[in-house]
Amino acid sequence: MTLKLGVPSKGRLMEKTFDWFGARGMTLSRTGGDREYAASVEGIDGVELVLLSAGEIPRELTAGRIHLGVTGTDLVREKIGDWRSRVAEISEMGFGFADLVIAVPNCWADVRILDDLDAAASAFRAEHGHRLRIATKYHRLVRNFLRDYGVADYQLVDSQGATEGTVKNETAEAIADITSSGETLRANHLRVLDDGLILRSQATLFKSHAADWSDGAKQILRELERRLGD
Amino acid sequence: MPSKAQIRAEAARLMALFEAQGAVPVEADILQPAGTLLDLYGEDIRARAFVTSDPLRGEMMLRPDFTVPVVQMHMQNGADPARYTYAGEVFRSQEEDVGRPREYIQVGYEIFDRADPAQADAEVFARISDALAPLNLRVAIGDIGILRAAVNGLGTTEPRRAALLRHLWRPRRFRALLDRFGGVSTLPAPRRDLLTRLQKDGVDAVMAAAQPQIGKRSAAEIAERLQRLADDAATAPVDPAAVALIDDILDVRETPEYALERLRDIAVDLPSISDALERLEQRLEALSRRGVALDQLDFEASYGRTALEYYDGFVFGFYAEGRPDLPPVATGGRYDALTRVLGQGSEIPAVGGVIRPGLLLELGGAS
Repeated sequence: MTLKLGVPSKGRLMEKTFDWFGARGMTLSRTGGDREYAASVEGIDGVELVLLSAGEIPRELTAGRIHLGVTGTDLVREKIGDWRSRVAEISEMGFGFADLVIAVPNCWADVRILDDLDAAASAFRAEHGHRLRIATKYHRLVRNFLRDYGVADYQLVDSQGATEGTVKNETAEAIADITSSGETLRANHLRVLDDGLILRSQATLFKSHAADWSDGAKQILRELERRLGD
Repeated sequence: MPSKAQIRAEAARLMALFEAQGAVPVEADILQPAGTLLDLYGEDIRARAFVTSDPLRGEMMLRPDFTVPVVQMHMQNGADPARYTYAGEVFRSQEEDVGRPREYIQVGYEIFDRADPAQADAEVFARISDALAPLNLRVAIGDIGILRAAVNGLGTTEPRRAALLRHLWRPRRFRALLDRFGGVSTLPAPRRDLLTRLQKDGVDAVMAAAQPQIGKRSAAEIAERLQRLADDAATAPVDPAAVALIDDILDVRETPEYALERLRDIAVDLPSISDALERLEQRLEALSRRGVALDQLDFEASYGRTALEYYDGFVFGFYAEGRPDLPPVATGGRYDALTRVLGQGSEIPAVGGVIRPGLLLELGGAS
């Protein structure tokens, strides 16, 4: 029996994940050629590494095809319904920080807080005949956030990339996206609402409730957790 | 648990009952254009309905209820007056609760009639109540028209009243706005800063400091809202006594006769609700004439505020006592405003309700 650990298959997220486990006595590495998605783990027995796109790790955790997975809290909360009943956080990893925020054009001098956004959406709809458009790929998180506050008369338009450009292109009036430094927002003349922080995300090690935890997988997890605790 | 075949048979029985009482059977498509529903309910409906897409027609929704398609059908070619009944699945997605059904059968009874709204209210209620009679359900009724009338009579500016009316169905936001307008809560710091700058520098200077102008929302719209904020800041807070009256209304939870008495008492200081109370009294009389035992009903003035936001008058729901895990067995209400929104220039007073035959059987009623 092996315990399957899903980690991001490329880029800085993969490197930092490898470093993080390395600092805890477990050496993760890619094997084979540059283009081959194969990997190995040294320093702990029974752990099998599965390289996956970070965006797919929530799905694999939900299905229980991996026991553990490294991905952002933002993706888990966006992609997994009732996420607390399906996965558990084992450890925040201290990198991959990103804030999911609502941003509006800086020229909207009257819109500083959600209360303003709601009022602006109402007036915008009356003026333009359609609901105020917010571009995002985080539909569920944004919708829940706006519903909890009580913002109405907006619509979400899907944007899978270059979201900051949608306002200037007039395909959206505002955006909800991940930002780390805020530089891209500023460069596109956007500003975060003062109470527009939806979620602080970071890379996190998650555990799947649906995975098969019989047959030794539990012992391997215990050993791994002991290493993390050291 | 009843089987689907049993539920279908029960739905057919109820529909035949409504048909025998004069309702015309109607159908509605399962696939509804998403645009209409989104415009009515906003993005929140996406969390509650199944959205799918057609390569040519774009986004579609599996019907989350019958009311919208039935209203559309009526507004296009309905007789006047008209009574309808229907039965079929509705579809609701569940983001949190795995145990709740995603599809279930509803049987409905709807009346479009200009002549006598109180009679129509009572008729819908009595039909549904009779069909559920053996179950001994707890019944809550309310009237969103009273709260609406109270807000309309609130001594403050038109934009403030409009903001409150817009959030009638979002109790927390409504409360936050009421507290803000009443001066009970303090303004958030970013708003205070903005108002200070507006007062010191004026609208033009505040806008000049936030360039360049991008996006579809124009400079004129921004200037207008800044002016509105400045005007609002100069407006006196709503009289705390008036806010207290709205709280008093929302607190009313009695048998209908006592509720009416208490509301009449409130109307002494808030005469704007008098007409709505008149309608409530007529409705109660009409219910009474139809043999509904009023002292068995709970009148809750805040009832129906968290439902889909189209009910704007009489609202009701039938609940299984001691089964808080179950959704209401039947719900309904008046939706005059919906006919206005979907009527493209015409409107007609309308009221209706739905029964969930599956729940009715589960609780051991009928068949």
